[in-house]
Amino acid sequence: MSEVAHVSHDDHHDDHGHHHKETFITKYIFSQDHKMISKQYLITGLIMGFIGIAMSLLFRMQLAWPGESFGIFEAVLGKWAPDGVMDADIYLALVTIHGTLMVFFVLTQGLSGTFSNLLIPLQIGARDMASGFMNMISYWMFFISSVIMIISLFVEAGPAAAGWTIYPPLSALPMAQPGSGMGMTLWLVSMAIFIASSLLGSLNYIVTVINLRTKGMSMTRLPLTIWAFFVTAIIGVISFPVLLSAALLLIMDRSFGTSFFLSDIFIQGEVLHYQGGSPVLYEHLFWFLGHPEVYIVLLPALGITSEVMSTNARKPIFGYRAMVASILAIAFLSTIVWGHHMFVSGMNPFLGSVFTFTTLLIAIPSAVKAFNYITTLWKGNLQLNPAMLFSIGLVSTFITGGLTGIILGDSTLDINVHDTYFVVAHFHLVMGISALYGMFAGIYHWFPKMFHGRMMNKNLGYVHFWITAVCAYGVFFPMHFVGMAGVPRRYYENTAFPMFDELTNVQVLMTVFAIIAGLAQLIFVYNFISSIFYGKKGPVNPWGSNTLEWTTPREHIHGNWPGEIPHVYRWAYDYSKTYENGEYIIAGQDFVPQNVPLQENEEELNH
Amino acid sequence: MTALLTFTVLVLVAIAIWQMTKIFELSQTKTERSEIANDSDNKNNGYLLFAFLIFIYGITIFSFAKYSKMLLPEAASEHGGDYDQLMWVSFAIIFFVQTITQALLHYFGYKYRGETGRKALFFADNDRLEFIWTIIPVIVLAGLILWGLYTWTNIMDVNEDDDPLIVELYAQQFNWTARYGGDDNVLGEANVRLIDIANANILGIDESDPNAEDDVIVKELHLPVGRKVNFKMRSQDVLHSAYMPHFRAQMNCVPGMITQFSFTPTVTTEEMRLNPDVVDKVKRTNVIRAQKGDDPWEFDYILLCNKICGKSHYNMQMKIIVETEEEFNAWMAEQKTFKESVMVDEAETEAEEQVASTDEEADVESEESASEE
Repeated sequence: MSEVAHVSHDDHHDDHGHHHKETFITKYIFSQDHKMISKQYLITGLIMGFIGIAMSLLFRMQLAWPGESFGIFEAVLGKWAPDGVMDADIYLALVTIHGTLMVFFVLTQGLSGTFSNLLIPLQIGARDMASGFMNMISYWMFFISSVIMIISLFVEAGPAAAGWTIYPPLSALPMAQPGSGMGMTLWLVSMAIFIASSLLGSLNYIVTVINLRTKGMSMTRLPLTIWAFFVTAIIGVISFPVLLSAALLLIMDRSFGTSFFLSDIFIQGEVLHYQGGSPVLYEHLFWFLGHPEVYIVLLPALGITSEVMSTNARKPIFGYRAMVASILAIAFLSTIVWGHHMFVSGMNPFLGSVFTFTTLLIAIPSAVKAFNYITTLWKGNLQLNPAMLFSIGLVSTFITGGLTGIILGDSTLDINVHDTYFVVAHFHLVMGISALYGMFAGIYHWFPKMFHGRMMNKNLGYVHFWITAVCAYGVFFPMHFVGMAGVPRRYYENTAFPMFDELTNVQVLMTVFAIIAGLAQLIFVYNFISSIFYGKKGPVNPWGSNTLEWTTPREHIHGNWPGEIPHVYRWAYDYSKTYENGEYIIAGQDFVPQNVPLQENEEELNH
Repeated sequence: MTALLTFTVLVLVAIAIWQMTKIFELSQTKTERSEIANDSDNKNNGYLLFAFLIFIYGITIFSFAKYSKMLLPEAASEHGGDYDQLMWVSFAIIFFVQTITQALLHYFGYKYRGETGRKALFFADNDRLEFIWTIIPVIVLAGLILWGLYTWTNIMDVNEDDDPLIVELYAQQFNWTARYGGDDNVLGEANVRLIDIANANILGIDESDPNAEDDVIVKELHLPVGRKVNFKMRSQDVLHSAYMPHFRAQMNCVPGMITQFSFTPTVTTEEMRLNPDVVDKVKRTNVIRAQKGDDPWEFDYILLCNKICGKSHYNMQMKIIVETEEEFNAWMAEQKTFKESVMVDEAETEAEEQVASTDEEADVESEESASEE
């Protein structure tokens, strides 16, 4: 596929890159360049993801073969696995840290941080983020919070172990469980810094999208990726501060004797002084972030999918305006549904009714999105690159996982499946796997943009996708049944209840799939690292894409475009657009990049 | 069946790898290897998408065939029937939508796989289609919401009509205690600040409250069939959740407040043991237990803790026995009242049990001590 040479290559005076000399430190470490920062986010996120996934394999082995001795447990867990048998406290710690790492460190900053940073300036036609310095600070705060979280794994009494939701009083009282001592303190400190990092990043994204769009890039011409990142940043700014307040109040309860969340507690033979607080208050504060967080994780993945799917289908995304509207609707609704995590928390049942109503409403924009993706594929000319497969995989798991949300969002039906494996299966499919697929799609698709035109090996990509896709269903589909059989989550082993004995086989099946899936990720790791150094260089615009990032040169330069910033004349989805006589707008080429002016006789279709 | 699935997966993986190597070879023969999908990649992955659709259907059918029987037996409470019905209808809708959308998604992926020279259709918008797939979910969800809310309101309406039995469920790390109101069916006031372990007042019951005198404290929950039970949940340390899956009942136990749930048991333990599904389940389970060398199991209703509460969260349970009114009354008559056990008898044994059950090591003992009571 040829590309249009509309990028001006005249040397203009605003060529930032070659003016000031960069040292190793300013270029690779304390960089203020959004492209480098995005790589820093990605690699930090991938490392955290590696740890998080490895943890899940450990506790899945414990669930499948309860009480069995494994050499690997002893090797990795040390004193927490005497004679290779996993300790119950460390089981809870693994579950907790797995959740924390995956939700926050991988799928929030690893996903959103990477692609917002890479794509916002490149796709809207900006030289960099609104504030490169703030962007750098944001990354380094994320880095510090990651380091503190890792350090917390090595404290004497063990890391935080109260579940990733860290409900007090369990998380507030060191006598309730050993992980609630130093481990929990570090967890809270790490998260407080994380929230600050996320806020700085989000504010930057919002300002950049609003102010730095190139000429012609109206809001209705933004690629859906940018819409998704923009709205994600807004809900982050709205909801993360509430988590910070919850964390601060919890720190006060823990360290300064206040009673925000604690009351009437008798533990280990003595009555504590706390009086008048309520753990339910904490749950409200936590889920006020916690639910929007689900969409903070998911929306960027959906945005990436919209872009990747449209490009590879060689078709415009179906229903651009409906897609934007559904992103906005999901974002709005996501802030008023948090109570569906609390139907049986003891809050007023009437409140439960309200939250059921708002929660089930969110299924409507989600359904619209799913149908629009499917229609985008219809009569396309699908280029099944690895990124495209991950996008299709995302829609598949988004539907499968999303549908069971209809059960969990219904307060009545939630009663008996609340906190069982049914919930675990639901959210892993709809947000965990889906968001991971979105992340993989983004990595395969924009790898050439990140690493100077080098491309990842597609065959390894195919193997990676197909094994992952089969195993993801293999792990999480049977899990629904375990939940409906009444098995609670966060049980160290299910052997204390004979009624769960026959479900051990299911656990074994899930664990085998999980281990295969985990190993398959090593293929990705290999492909990722080797492609950075030895990846084959492709064309400047390898996927034949319309968006502006492909008009930049392969080599990264400060300021992104060597000459003038390109102007935008059309939306991002003029794929396979033809004149009335059936000829492509640009002869021999099935796409029209955004910086190509409207041609003679061309109709700007009102999308 | 597990073997079959494993086999299917292995075959699929083998096919995938075989296809991959084929692609690899094909792409090698060309002069320049490109990392962009070509027609043969599109073809192979298009077929694999179709195979994947079959895999999704396969794993669905497999799971239903193999695991349906492991699910909870029919509801043993009055509202449980409504719950199960709503669940069934929701599932029917979900599976209908799932089957169709997955088919469209993967079939389109297969059907429209790229070929050089094929022209995609520029199809950017269609208001009618958008309207259809907005309005259909609206209607279906409106129905589900209304039905769900109606049922929810009924279930959560905890009132004193029909002379309910009042039972307190008391949670602590890592065991349950139940307290009945006694002859007056009124629970005495209680607060954790009044706990006096030396005197076996483990629930912090106010000894000066006359209502407390006839309260009965037990470690095994007995319920008369057909009578409404109003549960009042308390916790003394961290969050717990009283989960009674056979009755479709759950409510968190929150330190500092009293939470409530109410249901009417409709099937006695004896009757449930004769339920064909339960008989089968017990049979299957005992085969497994025999292999492991465990004692055979007899079905019982159970109360589990379903909110992470610490190290022995996984073993925080209490047996529930639903029996006839006469059996219940006879059992109740044998129990000591609070006055007899604490105010008169110093009951050192209970104090010892309390100490033992709060001990971290006492996961298993707690259950035994429960049955000793």
